[in-house]
Amino acid sequence: MRAFTTLTALVAPLDRANIDTDAIIPKQFLKSIRRAGFGPYLFDEWRYLDHGEPDMDCTNRPLNQDFVLNKAQYKGAQILLTRENFGCGSSREHAPWALEDYGFRAIIAPSFADIFFNNCFKNGILPIVLPAEIVDRLFNEMADGYRLTIDLQAQTITTPSGQAIGFNVDENRRYRLLNGLDDIALSLQHADKIKAYEAERAKRAPWLFKDA
Amino acid sequence: MAGKTLYDKLWDDHVVHTEDDGSCLIYIDRQLLHEVTSPQAFEGLRLSGRHPWRIARNLAVADHNIPTTDRAKGIADPVSRLQVETLESNCKEFGITEFHMSDIRQGIVHVVGPEQGATLPGMTVVCGDSHTSTHGASAALAFGIGTSEVEHALATQCLVQKKAKNMLIKVNGKAGPGVTAKDIVLAVIGNIGTAGGTGYTIEFGGEAIRALSMEGRMTICNMAIEAGARAGLIACDDTTIDYYQGRPYAPKGDDWNMAVRYWQKLHSDSDAKFDKVIEFNAAEIKPQVSWGTSPEMVLPVDASVPDPAQEADPVKRQGIERALQYMGLQAGQKITDIKLDKVFIGSCTNSRIEDLRAAAAVIKGRKKAESVKQVLIVPGSGLIKQQAEAEGLDKIFTEANFEWREPGCSMCLAMNADRLEAGEHCASTSNRNFEGRQGYGGRTHLVSPAMAAAAAIAGHFVNVAEQGV
Ligand code: SF4
Repeated sequence: MRAFTTLTALVAPLDRANIDTDAIIPKQFLKSIRRAGFGPYLFDEWRYLDHGEPDMDCTNRPLNQDFVLNKAQYKGAQILLTRENFGCGSSREHAPWALEDYGFRAIIAPSFADIFFNNCFKNGILPIVLPAEIVDRLFNEMADGYRLTIDLQAQTITTPSGQAIGFNVDENRRYRLLNGLDDIALSLQHADKIKAYEAERAKRAPWLFKDA
Repeated sequence: MAGKTLYDKLWDDHVVHTEDDGSCLIYIDRQLLHEVTSPQAFEGLRLSGRHPWRIARNLAVADHNIPTTDRAKGIADPVSRLQVETLESNCKEFGITEFHMSDIRQGIVHVVGPEQGATLPGMTVVCGDSHTSTHGASAALAFGIGTSEVEHALATQCLVQKKAKNMLIKVNGKAGPGVTAKDIVLAVIGNIGTAGGTGYTIEFGGEAIRALSMEGRMTICNMAIEAGARAGLIACDDTTIDYYQGRPYAPKGDDWNMAVRYWQKLHSDSDAKFDKVIEFNAAEIKPQVSWGTSPEMVLPVDASVPDPAQEADPVKRQGIERALQYMGLQAGQKITDIKLDKVFIGSCTNSRIEDLRAAAAVIKGRKKAESVKQVLIVPGSGLIKQQAEAEGLDKIFTEANFEWREPGCSMCLAMNADRLEAGEHCASTSNRNFEGRQGYGGRTHLVSPAMAAAAAIAGHFVNVAEQGV
């Protein structure tokens, strides 16, 4: 996994609450057995005027010019600013895969749905929770070329005017993301504990251990 | 010391290791796998040269992409076919049991798990699917995970988790006639909102919940995720234990007796502390219909579509405006005036035998309205289909000009051929009414099986409580 340390990047505002993972990446793209290549289909139903299908070449598809990511000033944005309960609905990890493949590295919102929030950390995306008033202020401050600097080590966001806003990430998650660590390898360091747990549990609940 | 909640008990029983920041390595007793969220997890195992930690704790079934028409013809869509075949070859390679499309036990993963006794009280259950919360109906700690976590659970039989907070939703009193588990859970979501349960595990309790069958309890926990909670729970009681007796994967003999003694403790202690308690009165709940594009946009069937002008909060007002526009509805329009193009009875929310019986009871001897183009009845598993046919329910449906299909997810998310066309209104017993969920431009109204069946006959929504069903 790609580590996340600091990022200074353009911000794209998506001013809508309760954006669900079906909207982030519609189900027809879930048929892929690969992990990459979802970026062109991110927000497919909002981004294009036609109906997208897997493996479609998106270069000549009609764009919905009203959709924020299609506006010239947000090309190359790596930070998404949005509203509460972002990523609700289906557990599909294709949602962070699509956001990451498109180029987003951080998402700022007043709240996130739990599964999506979790999935972001597994894919090098930093979801940042800020109080609704601050998110509101950032929306109001947005101007052409609006960039933010995010420092995960220091847990701060710096606005163009130089103002620093603090945020909080669980220690364990922050450590893994800062170092781009593989969760499975870390958990397997506890293999002995897992085996000891199994031995002890098998006495309490033998019916769960009758198989191989 | 204060007593423990059911969630506290299940959590404490599965902690393998605790980190300094409070995150824990939690042991997973059962993982269910399906074709959509597993291929990249198996690929990850292969790339890193890892193996499943305990092969037999995994059980796989393809459901999302499976056709619900004649199975002998195979899967026409090559992309869907590849995904289903990939699950098959991955399970073969790693030695994991899979119920094939031709197996009578095949069905929707969340229907199959309890039906087989593969998910049991007291277990931790995960699946790369948010509706894994369904299994919490049996007092199991069950939650949906992403594909990276599927790989993690395969490789380590554990997951890294932080404990959620405890919420109790108490539904007191008795539900009136025509008011089902689906109506109760929709009313709860309408009240607390789709983020109301975020960060919590919700235990559902109270007289109206206790009175439900296991099928009804699964409907409730299924939609806990629609209230933002990763897991829903219902305490174990005689209804739970009776349900599991004799299931193929359930313990037998002395193990059964020992398991039952443990399961009987799976309830919150009377002095347990919840971080939040919300109470409802079942007698006040009416049959529900969702009108918008989020499950919280739901109202009693005798209400009218809301007027955005009445909403003070600008973000909410904009949400209502967008939803009305997408759904093609007018502010103030009566819900019973909404005309339906299609009806779908199925999904992991409402495709169990009791759901099919409820739908059949409403329509017996009547016919689908001419204006309704299609009514799909999709049982949750091959075994449910068999049971329904033994009871003659299939005849009642086909005589009403409903289509009786093979089991699978079907029009719940329209990954197979079953879907809505743009602009079509559908009365659906599924769990999500997001834009495009049942097909590009499709308009979903979430309802109970009885409400869906009655709407199929009338061509518009009707109040089944008034019909005295
Ligand atoms: S029936 Fe619908 S909600 Fe349930 S698992 Fe299938 S697609 Fe998901």
